[in-house]
Formats: sequence, structure tokens, C-alpha cells
Amino acid sequence: MSHSLTATALADLAGLWRIRCFEETVTRLRVEEQIVGSVHLCIGQEAIPVGACAALDLTRDAVFATYRGHGWALACGADPAALFAELLGRETGTNGGRAGSAYLSDPDHGFYGENSIVGAGAPIAVGAALAARYDGSGRVALTVFGDGAMNQGAVHEAMNMASAFDLPVVFLVENNRYSELTPIAAMVRNADLVARSAAYGMPGARVDGNDVDAVRRAVAEAVDTCRSGRGPVLIEAHTQRLVGHYIGDAQVYRPRDEVELARTAEPIVVLTAALRAAGVSDAELTGIETRVRAEIETAAAMALAAPPADPNAVKEHVYG
Amino acid sequence: MDEITYAQAVNAALRRALAEDPSTVLFGEDVALPGGVHGVTRRLHREFGERVFDTPISESAILGGAVGAAMMGLRPIVEIMWADFAFVAFDQLINQAANVRYVSRGRLTAPMTVRTQQGATPGSCAQHSQNVEALFAHIPGLRVCLPATPQDAYDLLLTAIGCDDPVVVIESRALYHSLKGTVDQDGPRAPIGGARIHRTGSDISVVTWGPMLHTVLEAARVLEGSDISVEVIDARWLNPFDTDTVAESVSRTGRLAVVHEANLTGGFGAEIIARVVERGVPLSTPPLRVATDDLRIPAAPGLQQAAIPGRDVVARQLLSMLAPGVAA
Repeated sequence: MSHSLTATALADLAGLWRIRCFEETVTRLRVEEQIVGSVHLCIGQEAIPVGACAALDLTRDAVFATYRGHGWALACGADPAALFAELLGRETGTNGGRAGSAYLSDPDHGFYGENSIVGAGAPIAVGAALAARYDGSGRVALTVFGDGAMNQGAVHEAMNMASAFDLPVVFLVENNRYSELTPIAAMVRNADLVARSAAYGMPGARVDGNDVDAVRRAVAEAVDTCRSGRGPVLIEAHTQRLVGHYIGDAQVYRPRDEVELARTAEPIVVLTAALRAAGVSDAELTGIETRVRAEIETAAAMALAAPPADPNAVKEHVYG
Repeated sequence: MDEITYAQAVNAALRRALAEDPSTVLFGEDVALPGGVHGVTRRLHREFGERVFDTPISESAILGGAVGAAMMGLRPIVEIMWADFAFVAFDQLINQAANVRYVSRGRLTAPMTVRTQQGATPGSCAQHSQNVEALFAHIPGLRVCLPATPQDAYDLLLTAIGCDDPVVVIESRALYHSLKGTVDQDGPRAPIGGARIHRTGSDISVVTWGPMLHTVLEAARVLEGSDISVEVIDARWLNPFDTDTVAESVSRTGRLAVVHEANLTGGFGAEIIARVVERGVPLSTPPLRVATDDLRIPAAPGLQQAAIPGRDVVARQLLSMLAPGVAA
């Protein structure tokens, strides 16, 4: 790796650790029941948000994620303390406790929100791209969803409409092989999901979703296609969850050794090994993790010290 | 002032909105080049170019597209060709549009207008004839109105488009080309909400909306022959609902009836009665609901007539409030 590439890769590694540490802390807070409700983690999938967001201009682009979206919010630049606070139901949360883990948003950083309905963000991203036609912003909308969402009608409607109108939408599938608790392979005849792009007449790309740089390059190319008016792109990023669908998911449906095997190919392991091979010292690599852990710990402490969301405001903002 | 049809009034309101506000866009199935299956959006594509466009037959993409475009600052107006078709994409209205403002604490909004039309007309099949306003009115975060006259078709739509929340405007297919009236197109945009008293009376307050307004007005004229004085209130907006006007009327007449084409159970009429009763307005007779029975809507005109309360049924039922035992 050249010096500048190494610098980028070091920043990528910090991005991966930021998400990993955040979600490990979320797990702890959930087990302690300081966070309540259903929580979906992206541990093992961090390279996709880190790579994709690095290819976006979040001063104008718009990201629409799934309920597995903490990593996307962080990669967009959302404040970890505000995200923790949201999960903890605090006033300082990104949504003041109204969104929780699965439906939070932070539009100041181009993060237009998670969605708790599988595939529902895709038509909304089409609308954001449509708006770009009229407002001259040059905006690209990126919508990310899982392999299961590929079987939702709304996603097909969105892909078709974006294609028919050459709209600047990046459809990004995080294919972690499981549609919630069921293998995607059991739910489709053709498990090659990116092949569907051909049906909509749009370019498609398959990428190793555990490789930050590969994701960045694929999304950058897609963004370029979108910004130049050549319409939407479908990207299928292969990855694996190192955890269950939700915290508490016993994963009885998964082969016993699958996760262990996945740990050898997960993004932090892969990038750390590459940097070590490029000559980066263990001290520097460890330093990144230590620094990020401290940053996340501070953020969690800030959130835990914040006041709970104000019940007196519960009826506000139903209407304008 | 020349008389125009209800459909032409909708068209005129759309034209004014598009002309006055460059952030408005209009899209839906067959709305642009064909001018709408009911001819309501004629000539708008010619006048406003790409701000008026046709979409695939994809209600989720239409409504979701409106949500996303609205979040980004546009003011989309979308057409769901028949209200029945909204059901294939309720997610985008109920789980998406209605949540945008609340969950973001106003940081994001979805100022979109959904135009659709409903009701039974001769030959309309069971999937093209439902009255679904109560389903929309049940959803916090959505606004709902149903214009019953050309002037209101113009005014309510303009108000809806100017509203910063998602609004469902339910037009009447039965009235599109059958009803004409003069329409003042130069007035200021009306504030959201507000019922209209179409006829004053002293014996019964009847609340209705949509094309049933005209049935009720006819029934009121029939009852006039029996010296029964019916006050007819067109609710117009179900959300926000003008409880004050209704309660004030009932406090004068002492009787409350609601009449709607939608079927009885869970209909919005029940909500109106509950609101008036909760206010403690004294009633001299029990309140009355006149509605279509809880059934599916058949296509044959004779069957539709048997299912949906017409003038005589409404008149008879209202009469029963004053003369128990007379009604069928």
C-alpha cells in the first residue's frame, strides 16, 4: 500500500472499530436492560457502511437504511453519544427517544433514517432521487436493504421506477445470507441477487462486502453513474453477521461452525492483516482500537448521564 | 361567473398550485399524457412539462416517491387512481408518511397530497367502489378531507397542497362530471378544517360528507313537506374534524344523525356521535347512524341501489327520529 492508501485504510480501520465498539457496548447495555426492545446489530457487516459512506457526499446525498442501521448512522457521521442516547430513550437522542434502535434518523449528516419495514426505504429513496431532478442539488440517494428485502414488492417497484426514469439511486443489498432467520437460498430459485439488475436494465455489481475498499470503489462507480444521469445501480455486497438477527437470537437455524468460520474473514480481521502486511506496526493498529474504544466509552457515558426523553413533549409534532 | 364541473374545479386547483409554487410536482398513473382516466388532470402536462408525469402502475413507488420527494423539500401531489388501490401501498402512507414529522420531532416533514376518488357508481365492481375514509382518518399524522361541491373541490385541494402534513383528498367519482357550480378561483387559500352548514334547520342536525351530501339535501327537501326542518352539515374535513360546529348545531336541534356511504361498523359517523355525546350535548332522541350495511359492494346498479342508502331511505330514517315507528 502507498502511504496515502495506508492513511485511508487506517481511517477505514478506525471506522470499522467505531461501529464494532459501538455495537458491543449496545449489546452490553441491552443485556443490562438499560436499552430495551428489539435491537439488530451489524457486527461483521461494518465494511459496507464504512466503504459506501466514504464514496458519498453527505452534504447533499441521502442514505436510507434498514433497521440494522446503527453502523450506517455512524458511517454517515452521526454523533455516537446521540445514537446511544436514542437507544437509551434520552432527550439528547437523535430523535429524542421517539425512534429507538430501529427507526432513528439524523438528516444533518445525510442519514434520512432506518426503516423497520423490510424494503420500505427503497421507494422513499426513489423520491429523494426524484427531488434531485428539480432542486439541482446533484443528490444521489443510496438505499440499503438486506437480501430478504429483495423479495418485497416495494423494492421491485422502486427499482423499476428508478430505472424507467434514470433516477440517481444506488440500491445496495447487504447479502448476509439470512432473511431474518431464514436462509435466502431457500427463498429464491436464483440466489444470485444482482442478476435481477438486468431485468431492470440497470448496471449491477457484486462486491466482497467485507472489504472496505472494494465497497468504496463499487459505490463510487455507482455514484458516478448516478450523478452523470445514467440512472440507478444495483450492488450486491456479500457479508456475514457474526451475531444473530436481533440481540437474544439463539441462531438455532445456523450451522454450528458457520460463525466461527466467518470470524476469519470478517472486515476488521481482514483489514488489520492487510495493514500489518503493508508494514503498519502492531502498536499503531492496537492504538486505533484503544482510541476508538475510549471515544465510544465516553459517548456511552455521556448518553447514560443525559436526562430521559421528556414525557411532556410526547404529543408534539404529530402535525405541523 | 361560468359554471364548471367538479372535475374541472380539481383541475383548476392543480393548475393554480403548480403555477404558484415551483416546488409542486404532480404524478401518478396516467395523469400526464392521457390527462387522467377521469380527465381530471387534462392539459397540466402540456402546461407544466416534466413537473407533471406518468408513473408505472406501482402504488408503493408512487406514495413512497412522494414521501421521499417531500422529505427533500418538494411538495408532491400524487394520484391514487381509485381509493381501493391505496390498500396495495398502505405501508407508505401509514408506516412511512404519517411517521416522518413525529419521529424526527419536526426535523423532517412529508408535505404531500394524495388525491384519490371513491364511492360506488353504476357498474363499479367490488374493488372499485369502497368508501375508505375512516381508515385514513384513523391514522394520526394524516389529514383527510372529502369535497362535495365544485367550490370545495377547488378550495380543499388547494388547502391540502399548502398543508405541511400528508393530506389525503378523497374526491367523488360520482360528482366529477355530474355536478356543476360556480367556483371562485381568486380567493385566498382557506385554512385547514371547518365544516359547512349547507342548510339550516331546527329539528335534526345531519352530518354527512362527499356525494352523500346531495342525497341528504334531497332527503331534507322531502322532509320539508312533512314540516320537518333538517340542518345539513357537510363535515368536509374528517381530520381535523370540526366538532364545534356540529356540537353547536346539535345543541340547537337536540337531535343528531350521521349519514355516510361507507359501511356502518367503524365508520366515521360513530366517531362523530361519540364526540358530541362526550361533550354532554343534550339529545332529545338517541343519535342515528345511516350507512351502507356491512357488506361488499356489488356491481349491478340495482344491487348497488339496494345496498347504499338513497334519498328515500335517508328521509325515512330521519323521520323515525321524530316519529318512532314510522321508519322501515
